[in-house]
Amino acid sequence: MTDSQKIAHLYRRAGFGLNIRETPDGALNDAINKILASNTQFDELYLEDEERVTAAELLAMNPEQRKEIIQDLAANIKKLNLQWIKIMGKAEGQLREKMSLFWHGHFAVRVRGFAQVESYANTIRQHALGNFRELLMAVSKEPAMLKFLNNVQNKKNSPNENFAREVMELFTLGRGNYTEHDIKEAARAFTGWGINQEDEFELKTFQHDSGSKTIFGKTGNFEGEDVIAMILERKETAVFITRKIYRFLVNETVDESRVRELAESFHANYDIPQLLRQIVSADWFYAPENIASIIKSPVELIVGLNRTFGIAYENPQPLLAVQRVLGQTLFFPPNVAGWAGGRNWIDNSTLITRLNLPKRLTDASQLDVDVKNDMDDITPNEVERKKSGNTFQCSFNWELFGEKFKEISDDKLWEALCIQLLANTMLLQMPDKLKVQAENSNRAEKIRLMAIYIVRTPDYQLS
Amino acid sequence: MTGFSGKRLVIVQLSGGNDGLNTLIPFRNDEYYRLRPKLGIAADKVLRIGDEAGFNPALEGFRKLFDEGAMGIYNAVGYPNPDRSHFRSMDIWHTASNSDEYLNTGWIGRLLDANCPGSENAWYAMEVDDTLSLSLKGNYQSGFAVKDPQRLKTMMNDKFFDEISANQPVTEQSSELSFLYKTLARTTASADYIYEKSKIYNSARIYPQHELGNSLKQIAGLIGSGMESRIYYTSISGFDTHARQAEIQQRLFTVVGDSLYAFTQDLKERNEFNNTVILVFSEFGRRVKQNASNGTDHGTANNVYLIGGDLKKKGILNTMANLTSLDDGDLIHQLDFRNIYAGLLDNVIAYDHVKVLGRKFESTLI
Repeated sequence: MTDSQKIAHLYRRAGFGLNIRETPDGALNDAINKILASNTQFDELYLEDEERVTAAELLAMNPEQRKEIIQDLAANIKKLNLQWIKIMGKAEGQLREKMSLFWHGHFAVRVRGFAQVESYANTIRQHALGNFRELLMAVSKEPAMLKFLNNVQNKKNSPNENFAREVMELFTLGRGNYTEHDIKEAARAFTGWGINQEDEFELKTFQHDSGSKTIFGKTGNFEGEDVIAMILERKETAVFITRKIYRFLVNETVDESRVRELAESFHANYDIPQLLRQIVSADWFYAPENIASIIKSPVELIVGLNRTFGIAYENPQPLLAVQRVLGQTLFFPPNVAGWAGGRNWIDNSTLITRLNLPKRLTDASQLDVDVKNDMDDITPNEVERKKSGNTFQCSFNWELFGEKFKEISDDKLWEALCIQLLANTMLLQMPDKLKVQAENSNRAEKIRLMAIYIVRTPDYQLS
Repeated sequence: MTGFSGKRLVIVQLSGGNDGLNTLIPFRNDEYYRLRPKLGIAADKVLRIGDEAGFNPALEGFRKLFDEGAMGIYNAVGYPNPDRSHFRSMDIWHTASNSDEYLNTGWIGRLLDANCPGSENAWYAMEVDDTLSLSLKGNYQSGFAVKDPQRLKTMMNDKFFDEISANQPVTEQSSELSFLYKTLARTTASADYIYEKSKIYNSARIYPQHELGNSLKQIAGLIGSGMESRIYYTSISGFDTHARQAEIQQRLFTVVGDSLYAFTQDLKERNEFNNTVILVFSEFGRRVKQNASNGTDHGTANNVYLIGGDLKKKGILNTMANLTSLDDGDLIHQLDFRNIYAGLLDNVIAYDHVKVLGRKFESTLI
C-alpha cells in the first residue's frame, strides 16, 4: 500500500474521511501526528435560541404549558442531532468527533430533556480524547445518565440497581466479570447520586447509604467514586474497552492477542490518545485484512458524503429521516447497549436506501421509503406514519470537488476517482453504459456521473 | 390450491401500547367501572362473548371471529419486571429477551439464523413495510421488507443495480464486500420473484382504507398466489392513548377488526385459513385507572389474540385479568409471552423453540 492509500485509510477510520479540499499527500507519520494533534479546540453543541427549563420548573407548570415545552424538547434534540452532524462534517478535530460518536454509542443514553442531552454530549466530546477514568466519572454524573438508568430513583431505603449493573456490564467490565453481589453493593454506593433543581449533579446525602459495603471482595464504606476506581483497577475493564475500540477502528473480527497487548498499556494509565496512537501506528492497522473491512455506520455514511462533496444543505431535516431509516439516529440509541454495528446495519431495505442515497441527494428527491412511526414522538397518534415528505434540498460543490482532479487526464479519471472515493484498493470496472455516457459528456459532467456512480456502489459502503 | 404446504404465521403488531381492558371489557368487574368512571364501556354496549367479557363495540370483526370459533384469547400476557417504555418494551417483544437483557437479534431473525428448513429463501419471513423490524433481524440472515411488490420491482429495475452487480470485483478482498453484493443479489432476485407471484392473484374484497387494510390485502394476495413465505409481519400504530382514548380506539379498532375479518374471509376462500395462525399483540397494556385526560398511561400485561381456521384452543384461554391484585396500579402478568412464541415455533413453524428463544419455555398449544 502506498503512503497515500494509508493516509486515506487513516482519515476514514480516525475521522469521517478526507474532506473536499484534502488530499492524502505527504508522509504517513506526519498524517498520524496531525490527526492526533489537531484536537484541542472544539465547538460545543448549543442551541442558542432555546429556552432552558429545569425539571422543577416543568413540574410547576400547567398541563397545557408542559405539553408545549415537551414538544419543543423533542424538536430540540433533533436540532442538536443536526448540529452535531454538521460539526462532524466540518470540524478540524476529526478524531475527537469520531471518538465522540464511539463514546456516545458506548455510554448510550436516551432522554427527553434537550438540555440534559446537550450537557451529556459536550461532556463526551470534552473527554473523548482524554483519560478514560475522567470520562467515565464525568459521564456517570451526567443528569441524562442518572435519569436514563434510573439512578435518581436509587435511594438508601429502596435501591435501584440499574445504573450499577449497566456501568459494570456495558460500560466497563463486561458480562461475567462481576457478581450480583458486587452489583447490589455498588448500587448502595451510588445511592443519592442525583440531580438538583438546576439540573446538575448533586449527592443527596439523606438518600445516600454510606454504610459498610463489600465489593470485589474488599470491604469499606465505599462511595460511588470508590466503586468507579475499583472497577478501573481491574484489568478486565481495560480489555473490554480496548476490544470495543479495536472493533470500532480496526475490524469486527478481533485479534485477541493484539487487544491484550494494547490493553496492558491502556490499563496502566487509561490514556485514550496513547491507545489510539498505538493502533493507528501499527503495521497491522494497514494490513490488507483490515482495509475495507468495516461497514460504515449510517452517520459515517452521511458525514462521509458531506465531507467528500462539500454538501451544503438548505434543509437538513431529511437527514433525520435518513438516520432513522438506516437505523442510527444520534441521541436516540435503541437502548443502553448502543448500536450493534457491522452487518447489523444491513438488510434488503437499508442496503437499497444506502445505494440510492447519493442519487436522492443529487436529484433533490425524497427517500424511497417511509419512516416507521417513532413511538418517542410526543403525539404519535397525530401522524400515523412519518412521511419522509421532506425533500432533499442540498447542493454538491462540484467545482471544488473537481479541483482535486485537475491534473488528471480524462482517460485516467475513473481510476483517480476510485482511488479517492473507495476504501477498496482494487480497481472497479467502469460499466460500458457509463463509458458511453462519459464519452458524450463534458469534463464536469464526466466527473459528476462517475463520482455518483462510484459512491452508489456496495464498495463505497465500506471503510 | 397454491404452491404452499405447511402452516404459516401472520403477525399483526399494534404499536403504542393498546389498552387491553377497553379492547376486551370485563363488564362484570366492578373494579373496572370504579377505576374508569368515564372511560369504562357500559355493559350493555360491549359485544358479549360469554358471561365475563365483551369486545369494544368497534370490534365487530373480532366478535365474528370469536363466534365462528376462529379465535383464542390470552389475558394478562407479559413478562417479569415489565418495562413501560415503548421502545424498550417493543424491543423485548421483538427479541424475546428478558427485561434486563439487550439482544440485537429478533426472535424471527434467530429462526432464520438457525437455518430452519426453507429459510434459505429471502422471503421466508416477510414484513409488509418499507423498513425491517428488529423482530426479523438475525445475525446472518434477515427477513425481507417489502411494502408494495410493484414499487419494489420498479425501484430494483433501475439498470444501475444490474450494472454494479455485473461489475462486481472478481477477487473478493473482504468478506464484508461479498456480503453486501450477496445481499444485493438476493434483493433483486426476491423483488422479481415476489412481484411475479403477486401478479397471479389479487383479492377483490373490500378492505378498510388504511395502511393495515392495504397490508393485509397485500398479504392475502400473496398467500392466494402461492407465495411460499412462512411468516408475514405487519403493524399498525396509534395506540398510545394518553388522551381521547375512546375516539382513537373506536377508529383504530374498526380498522383492525374489519381488516382482519376481511383477511380471514380471503384466506377461507383460497382454502388457506386452516393452515394459518394470526398473532395480534401490543408491546404493553395500559394502567387500570384512567388518567385525567380521558385516556390511560403506560401499563404492563395485555391481551394476546390468536386467530386461525384450525386452532386447537379457542375461546378465552385463561382467567380474566385480576384488577384488585395490582403492581402499583398495573396488571400482573399471568402468562409469559415467550410461552406463546414457543407455541408458535413448535406448532406452526414446527421448529424447536429452544434453538430460537435460547431456553425452554412452556410452549402453549396453538
